[in-house]
Amino acid sequence: MSTSPQKPATSNKQALNPLDLYDVRSELSDEERMVQDTVARFVDDKVLPVIRDAFEKHYFPKDLIAQVAELGLLGSSIEGYDCAGMNAICYGLICQELERGDSGLRSFVSVQSSLVMYPIHAYGSEEQKTRWLPAMAKGEAIGCFGLTEPHGGSDPSNMKTRAKRDGSDWVLNGAKMWITNGSVADASIVWATTDDGVRGFIIEKGTPGFTAQEIENKFSLRASVTAALFLDNVRVPDENVLPGVIGLKGPLSCLTQARYGIAWGVIGAAQACLSEVLNYADDRILFDRPLSHNQAVQIRVADMARRITTAQVLALQLGRLKDAGKLSPTQVSVAKWNNCRAALDIARDARDLLGGAGISAEYVPIRHMLNLESVITYEGTETIHQLVVGKELTGVNAF
Amino acid sequence: MEKILVGLKRVVDYNVRVRVRSDGNGIETDGVKMSINPFDEIALEEALRIKERGEASEVIVVSIGPSEAQQQLRTGLAMGADRAILIESAEPVDPLSGARVFLELVNREQPGLVLLGKQAIDNDNNQAGQMLAAIWGCPQATFASKIDIQGSTATVTREVDIGLETIEIELPAVITTDLRLNEPRYVKLPDIMKAKKKPLDITPIADLGVEMASAYTNVAFDPPEQRTKGVMVQDVAGLVDALKDKGLI
Ligand SMILES: Cc1cc2nc3c(=O)[nH]c(=O)nc-3n(C[C@H](O)[C@H](O)[C@H](O)COP(=O)(O)OP(=O)(O)OC[C@H]3O[C@@H](n4cnc5c(N)ncnc54)[C@H](O)[C@@H]3O)c2cc1C
Repeated sequence: MSTSPQKPATSNKQALNPLDLYDVRSELSDEERMVQDTVARFVDDKVLPVIRDAFEKHYFPKDLIAQVAELGLLGSSIEGYDCAGMNAICYGLICQELERGDSGLRSFVSVQSSLVMYPIHAYGSEEQKTRWLPAMAKGEAIGCFGLTEPHGGSDPSNMKTRAKRDGSDWVLNGAKMWITNGSVADASIVWATTDDGVRGFIIEKGTPGFTAQEIENKFSLRASVTAALFLDNVRVPDENVLPGVIGLKGPLSCLTQARYGIAWGVIGAAQACLSEVLNYADDRILFDRPLSHNQAVQIRVADMARRITTAQVLALQLGRLKDAGKLSPTQVSVAKWNNCRAALDIARDARDLLGGAGISAEYVPIRHMLNLESVITYEGTETIHQLVVGKELTGVNAF
Repeated sequence: MEKILVGLKRVVDYNVRVRVRSDGNGIETDGVKMSINPFDEIALEEALRIKERGEASEVIVVSIGPSEAQQQLRTGLAMGADRAILIESAEPVDPLSGARVFLELVNREQPGLVLLGKQAIDNDNNQAGQMLAAIWGCPQATFASKIDIQGSTATVTREVDIGLETIEIELPAVITTDLRLNEPRYVKLPDIMKAKKKPLDITPIADLGVEMASAYTNVAFDPPEQRTKGVMVQDVAGLVDALKDKGLI
């Protein structure tokens, strides 16, 4: 369990939990702790036993959908519509524990909760909400979010997918790339340029002219479905437009939600790697002593723990700001940047510290390391987040 | 039956390697993850299943412990218990005193069944259930791996050294649970919110008027000896020599 592994005391001094040096858990409310515990137990019992096979064979373990839905993890921040209505810290903890299992599963939950259910709840009509939200909370309907296009994801203002009015209908043309859940979605939120600005459309599976093609040769997020979407004269009625938002702030506000969850999620992946390294370095005897008795090794694990601690404190304060309604997207960028970078560096170094064993799927670091290459790229690359912070500091848009 | 009373003890989580406090006076619990005693979680799961089969109408969870044990009771409420009682005691309570507290609650609540874990994983006493049955004057079935309720009788399969023993007892009774009885459910997020609204009653242990004289005092806590590194021996003769060396044979 994420917060549990504690080293035996070798002195009288109280031993700290290496995965939570600042005892961030003690800052959580009873409810928040209960959420963390129940998701942690689920990951230990149901995710870890199946995830390696899913990663190796490149498929999403679909059986887990009904189970995460049953626990109430889909759309957990939404009040009503059969959703749990928990706070932002709880959502963060869900992401953290799921990603301790695998970034692919966490991505599934992020997309469903933050990129699909969130915009339907925030910008949808009452009909759209009652039609989709309860079904999505139950995992009976799966959603995807189509923003990125083949010619360049970092610059969504250059959107080439277009929607044109035709009587009371809309007709969409264009393509989307790298879309999580794209080929398994019952409802796709597709963002397209209109004469009035960017708008969100709900496109149902099977709509004529709408096709998805799974991307099958990924070396990262292999336990998650990623697809390209093609829109060839796709006709949808006006009821399928999200009425509540016009302009890029629509999709960007969704990204802020998802990036917030990622800032927490990657802590779980980093904890899984550090935990593996600590065990390994204790057991591995080289030059007549455990690997962990070398200064060079201790410096490396100390650095991992330092960076996890920093990420945890950052995520906690970010969650508090979010729950207080004071969150700025720039603050989310700082945390997404810092925490993804920390987790990726930790995973890479953990892989290295395991030597040859580090390249085997029998140990978790290489799987997390490969996954985190996607996580540091999607939802805004590291560079893009740095430029967001730079713009905040200088007032100049340098994208 | 109307009510089932379930005990939920707050203990150090089973995943945590426990440490003796630096003053040698117990186990370190500061900053340590605490959970419901696993056997008690199994007891609660069983009580909930009995209720869901329509064989009981209310499940009450009880903890004797510090104020923080409210966390474990809330978890019990989130799993599905109807209400909770905390008998607050800053000091640890020995099994006999605990049994007396339960007897007092039994007198107040008149449950048809008391379900307890066979033991708590902190002190491994395995006594409270048996003592409660004795002072209550009711039947007991310990180490249950299967429970079947028919009206006012319970058929209980017990895990005993030679295998499985099935007995029939009249209710009200005390049943203590073993590991294989069931697999406790996951707490669901919406139920965590619902649990906030369920009643949790707190009574200081002194207000119960129960005799708290412990039959024993703790003299010392010692951590288990650190495991030392193994040695490789070449053959059987080497093994015999090594064992002789250590004075083991
Ligand atoms: C597994 C996976 C799942 C994904 N899921 C989704 C999804 O569900 N929905 C969705 O809409 N998208 C999704 N994406 C897409 C993702 O958000 C994009 O890949 C990402 O935004 C980067 O866009 P790009 O790939 O087009 O790279 P580009 O935008 O072409 O960037 C290429 C490189 O240029 C750098 N760069 C860009 N602009 C600048 C600049 N001004 N100055 C300096 N450097 C710059 C970038 O940092 C990057 O290193 C997913 C991606 C992956 C890998």
